[in-house]
Amino acid sequence: MDAQTIKSLVAIFLAAILTENYVLNKFLGICPFLGVSKKLDTAVGMSCAVTVVMVIATAVTWPLYMFLLVPNGLAYLQTIVFILVIAALVQLLETVLRKYMPPLYNALGIYLPLITTNCAVLGVTMLVLEKGAEDPSFGYLQSLVNSFGSGVGFLVAMVLFAGVRERLENCDIPETFKGLPITLVAASLVAVSFLGFNGVVDGLL
Amino acid sequence: MEIITPILIVGIIGLLAGVILAVASIVMAVPKDEKAEALEEVLPGANCGACGYSGCPGYAAAMAKGEAQPGLCSPGGAEVAQKCAEILGGGQVNMEYKTALVHCLGSYDNTTDKMVYDGIQSCSAAAFLAGGITSCRYGCMGMGDCLRACEYGAIQICNGLARVDPAKCKGCSKCVAACPKGIISLVPLKQQAVVRCSNCDKAKDTLKVCAIGCIGCGKCVRTCQFGAVTVENGVAKVDPAKCTACGQCVEACPRHVITMLGE
Repeated sequence: MDAQTIKSLVAIFLAAILTENYVLNKFLGICPFLGVSKKLDTAVGMSCAVTVVMVIATAVTWPLYMFLLVPNGLAYLQTIVFILVIAALVQLLETVLRKYMPPLYNALGIYLPLITTNCAVLGVTMLVLEKGAEDPSFGYLQSLVNSFGSGVGFLVAMVLFAGVRERLENCDIPETFKGLPITLVAASLVAVSFLGFNGVVDGLL
Repeated sequence: MEIITPILIVGIIGLLAGVILAVASIVMAVPKDEKAEALEEVLPGANCGACGYSGCPGYAAAMAKGEAQPGLCSPGGAEVAQKCAEILGGGQVNMEYKTALVHCLGSYDNTTDKMVYDGIQSCSAAAFLAGGITSCRYGCMGMGDCLRACEYGAIQICNGLARVDPAKCKGCSKCVAACPKGIISLVPLKQQAVVRCSNCDKAKDTLKVCAIGCIGCGKCVRTCQFGAVTVENGVAKVDPAKCTACGQCVEACPRHVITMLGE
């Protein structure tokens, strides 16, 4: 692997975290973002589970799409096949974790099955293919790095927002804004702040 | 004919996923806690939460781990407690039955509504309006939040007052949580005197709002030979552990707000 490839992979990784953040820039996976970000430790647990599933899902769906669906002219089946594969993968991951890593299984608890229908996971698997179609150099390895970066980006967004929400707990919020309204306001402000990263990654490398 | 390929491909992927999952679940099967499973069989399965756990499976798991004692399941009663104790290998269990009790006698005979309420027919909604719609701000509003919470049909509303039928009550404490006034509590199900009032106001204020409310005069305290009655925050309270159900405080109460349980 030459220096150029490594450089481009780092750029893809950073871009996935900062400028193409799935939660704060693409607005996918908002449900866990609002639902699970009340406490820092649950937020971290959920994000780690999402990251793992994102990478594994991309690793499986990418070859499936390229070598099975496209040659047969079935690209339109992408969504349904990917959902099927992701659901099965999550289930398999759950079985494996329960057997070999019970502490992690207990820590993830309900979050693992929830990921099955997480649109961020489906979004990653579909958007890396879109990128690959636009740019032929964006291959399997790049897709994996991108999906891992997306998971880390999800983690960053969740951790940041969990911090914001823990601060909100101690604030004197007007009665009408208590609960979800103030959470949405805070979420939009965090999203706006992430817009500031636009163009940073290209200039960095 | 071109529909055959997609059906085949999706079908095969689904079949493969299914087979892999089935094999994985057999190969990597985790032996479940047999005790917990047996306990879960015995429990009623109503998932009411009276035991303080999220539901019957949670309680069963806690018992199997030794974190919880059998006998917390009030809907199941002594029978379930005994069975649980047998599974756990323990001996006898002393099961204490409990029943919910509305600590108020403020029917329309004794209190009046201080407003014409035309809003949502729910106690918790009405409780937001100037401390509730009845003249007594501690009293039962009789719109039946507890009645809707009860899964056993043990609560009736008559004449603007909720009443619990101890014969039907399983002691699950759902009504206790549903009452916005917090005037329902669980008491041991036995022959005993109970104070049917929650008004903490001073005697003068209580007299204004209710024809029957406890004024905290302390007559019951002086009458009781067993020291079971006390007056706290201007309202009398009976200690069920000390009460012998002699009925003297019931007779002594000038406001007739102490009754025997179930009357």
